[in-house]
Formats: sequence, structure tokens, C-alpha cells
Amino acid sequence: MKKKSEALALQRNKETNRVAFLFLIPVAVLLILYIFYPIIDAFRISTLKWNGISPNTTFIGLDNWIKLIHDPHFWSAFKNNIIVMILSICVQIPLGLAMATFVEYAGKKSKLFKIVWFIPMLMSSVAIGFLFQYALATNGGIISSVSSLFGGGNIDLLGNPDTALFTVIGVIAWQFTPFYMVYCVAAYTNISTDLYEAAQLDGVNKRTYFAHIALPLLAPSLKSAAILSMVGSLKYFDLIYVMTGGGPGTSTELMSTYMYKMSFAKFNMGYGSTIASGMFLVITIISLLTMRLLNGKGEEK
Amino acid sequence: MNPEYRLSRIKSIISWVIAWFLAIFALFVALLPFFFMVLNSFKDKFEMLTKGVFEFPDKFYVENYTEVLTGNFWHYFLNSVIVLGVSLVLLLAISAFASYPLSRFNFRLGKPIYAIIVACMSIPVHVTLIPIFKMTQNMGIYDSIWALIGPNVALGIPISVFILTSFMKEIPREIEESAEIDGCGKIGMFFRIIMPMAKPGLSTLAIYNGVNMWNEFIFAYSLTQSSANRTLPLAIWEYQGQYTMNTPMIMAVLVLTALPMIILFIFASDRLVKGMTAGAVKG
Repeated sequence: MKKKSEALALQRNKETNRVAFLFLIPVAVLLILYIFYPIIDAFRISTLKWNGISPNTTFIGLDNWIKLIHDPHFWSAFKNNIIVMILSICVQIPLGLAMATFVEYAGKKSKLFKIVWFIPMLMSSVAIGFLFQYALATNGGIISSVSSLFGGGNIDLLGNPDTALFTVIGVIAWQFTPFYMVYCVAAYTNISTDLYEAAQLDGVNKRTYFAHIALPLLAPSLKSAAILSMVGSLKYFDLIYVMTGGGPGTSTELMSTYMYKMSFAKFNMGYGSTIASGMFLVITIISLLTMRLLNGKGEEK
Repeated sequence: MNPEYRLSRIKSIISWVIAWFLAIFALFVALLPFFFMVLNSFKDKFEMLTKGVFEFPDKFYVENYTEVLTGNFWHYFLNSVIVLGVSLVLLLAISAFASYPLSRFNFRLGKPIYAIIVACMSIPVHVTLIPIFKMTQNMGIYDSIWALIGPNVALGIPISVFILTSFMKEIPREIEESAEIDGCGKIGMFFRIIMPMAKPGLSTLAIYNGVNMWNEFIFAYSLTQSSANRTLPLAIWEYQGQYTMNTPMIMAVLVLTALPMIILFIFASDRLVKGMTAGAVKG
């Protein structure tokens, strides 16, 4: 009897394994072909001198990597990435939280706000890049028009190396803040209404409720929002490439735009691959460290 | 008690006034660039230069739109639709296949495989760009819309498997057990029970990935070259070259590229919003 059931279980196990294998084949093929193999290949190409077109490649060992480590252009791009990352987290998430809190507190009348605030998310990064290229133009742009209304002159935010990066960060915030608003609204709905009612019965005002009850409960969601924003800003590309192309000078250059221009404009694919691999390493290390840090803190509590 | 209460009333009213003021300001900030785009798309090339950008045009100049719509626009649009349709169907099928054993089976490799797939979410696409560029050329599909399907599907897999797996985990075991007693095998179970029950998850994913694919830029930009094989996001580029200095025309193109999303937003805003933020809120 026991043997029979064991045999049956074994047979079942076999079926499970077979079906699992069958169902996982397509994913495995695609991931290997389009993610795992390319990553390995990127590291391999980083040891070559190659223009991307000719079949001739020259093996140059770690020369590209040594060049990368001493490349001020790469490190300034990295610095820009970090600035974008920090400011994105510090601007978008608090603003998104504020908007969500407003929607939450103001009740039904604020539904219109929620809808209109979401509108920037309806455009692609590329379209937004183009739109703001014109909207921020010196002549006939929004800012310049508003400034001349008050008697000021034309303002060239994107053409000035000192303001370009912050302008770009502003546009990114314009695009993505609605995302964090929706995210925080969803986080709010996860807090049970009983809690709010109980707090109201106890005579807790809204400010105290927010600071002492809602915020601690929202903290885990905000933490993952921060991780999301962080990984996103390190990979950022479309909008900046379209809007400024990394310029003026290198003032808005990111790792990704530098990599792209090196590979597909200057056709130095060997070095472009090195930048890409460097970017991959940097992002992996930063993500691992942050997750470790944030999770570690969570456990202490 | 009374003055204290009055003070807190006043405080609360003041903070509401400030909050509404800021909220309305944010409304303007969100809308102004949109307004700028739509308004100026109805102006003549010179009208925009002579008039202020926020002045209404003398008459709504629709020729910008007719010119764009009678040109190559539909060609780019069709390219985008084909790429989106094929990629989306493949992506949803493949992710559903993978999520089924990962969520419902208990097998040794399940957890590590799931962890590897999910870890792919934070990989920057740029590291795969040059190798895929090379591979596409070797496959002989460089500079065709078919080159875009593989990257589109592969990029969507990690998050789709992540969301679908958590969705399928919530389907109650009892349904499966009773089907098993009726002699339903593991494969039949997938098609007859799991897939129909996962439909809401799949539709959310379709919106999330559909929006991403519709807007996909970097692969389309590096894997296609000729104007005939460009998708909609790149079309703006082509128009910018064609209509330099004609800002209203570019604005018309931008409005038209955003139109499918705007229509979706008007008719199904709740689902669209939910779908677009699926990556964060899941399910």
C-alpha cells in the first residue's frame, strides 16, 4: 500500500517536472538569446577594437577597461546619473505622496485633479523630449513667454550648461510624478478605513494621523518606490537623448547617452560595449547595496 | 477649550486653502505643456512666430493634420501596430507558460529560476544593445520591423512573469484539486482552468506592456535604419527633418502620436492607470 502511493507520487513528480520543463522552454530561449548571451557578449566585445561594421576585430585585452577607469567623460556622466537619481527620488516621491494625500483627504471633489495630474504619463518619453525642446525654446517657449509677460527677457534653460541638467530633471519629474501619485493612492487604499475611523473617534486630527499613523504604514511602499525610481534613473535614456543629446557640452550626459553616442555615432563599438558593461556593473552593485541596506534596516525594526 | 478649538479650525482652513492653491497650481503645471502642444498644432507656420504662443489662432488651421495624415503617418502607425500586436501576443503567451509551473508546481528548480527571471528586471537594456545589434545583423533581420519583436518580448518577460506568478498563486488550490480528480492533466489544467482565471492579470499586463512597446525607442532606433521600417516614436524624427522650423507641424505630429493613449484614457482611464502602474502596484 505504502509502496503503491510512493510510486504514484514519484510518477506525479515526474509529470510535474516534465510539464514544468516544457512550459519554461520558451522563456529560457528568449532570455538566453536576448539577455544572458548579450550580456556575456558585451563583456567579450569590450575587449575588442571594433567599428561595428567591418568583420575585422582586434583583441586588445583590458585596454578599453583601463581607458574607462581614466575617462573623465564617463565619470562626469556617472555623476550626472547620481544627481538625476537623488533629485528624482527627493522630488518625485514626496510630490507624488503630497498629491495622493490631497486626493485622499479632499475626497470626491478631487477626482478631477487625479485625472488631470495623470495626463503627462500619456505621452512617450520621446514625445515629451520633443515637446519640451520646443516648449523650453528661447524663442516662443513657455518659460520665455511667461518671463516676458513679467518684463523679463528670453530664458534659455536648456542651452545653459549650468541649468540644463536641472531643467531636464524638472521635465523628468513632470513626466513621472503622476506615476508616484497613483502609486501612493494605491498604498493609501491598502490602509484599512477602520484605522482612520478609529483615529477620528479618538479625536486625532489629520496632521497627526498622517505623521503618526499613515506615514509609518506607507513607509514600505515608499521604500519600494524609491528603489524603483533609483533603478529607473540609472537607466534613463530616451528623454535626455531626444531633448539635449547630452549637451550642451557634457552637462546632461548620462552613462547611457555616452554609451549610445560612442557606439552608434562614433562607431567605436568596442569602447561603447565597455561603457555599457561598466554601466551594468555599476547598476548591479548599487541595486544590491541599496536592497541590502533597506532590507537590513527593515529587519531591525 | 473654545478658543483652542477656534484656533485649530482656523489653522485647518488655512492649510486647506494652501493645499487647494498648490493643487490648482499643479494642475496648471501638468496641463500647460499639453495645452501648448494642442493649441500651437492648430496654427499656421508663421502665425506661431508672429503671435504669442498662448494666443488662440485666428482660425483653427487643420491643414497641419491633413498634411500629416495624408503622408507617411499611416505607414509608421501600421508598423507600430504590427510590432505591438505580434510582440504582445508572444509575450503574454510565453509569460503565462512560465508563470504556471512557477506559481502552481512544487519543484526543486522553481525558486532559483523565478529568482533569476525577476533579477533581470534591473538589467539596463544598454548592455544588451550592441550584441543584439550584431545578432540581428547576423540573423538577416536588421532594418526590418521583425528585428524589434525579440527585444520587445524579452524585455517584458521579467516583470510579466513576476506579476503573473503572484496573480496565479492566488487562484485557490481546491479548483485545481477537483479538476485533477476529474482526470484533468497538468497541461489541460493550464488551458482550461488557470488561463481563464488569470484573465484579469493578463489584461493588466497587456496594457502595461502595450504602452511600453508602443513607446519603445532605443531598439527601434538602433535596429532599423530606413524610413520604411520606422515605428511611430521614430516618425517624429523623420518629420523633424522634413519640417524644420515648422513647429506647428511637429506639434500636430506629437498630438497624433499621443492620440491612441489619450483615447484610451478617455474611455478606460481606470484600467489604463491601473495597467500602467502595474509594475509597482502589481495585479
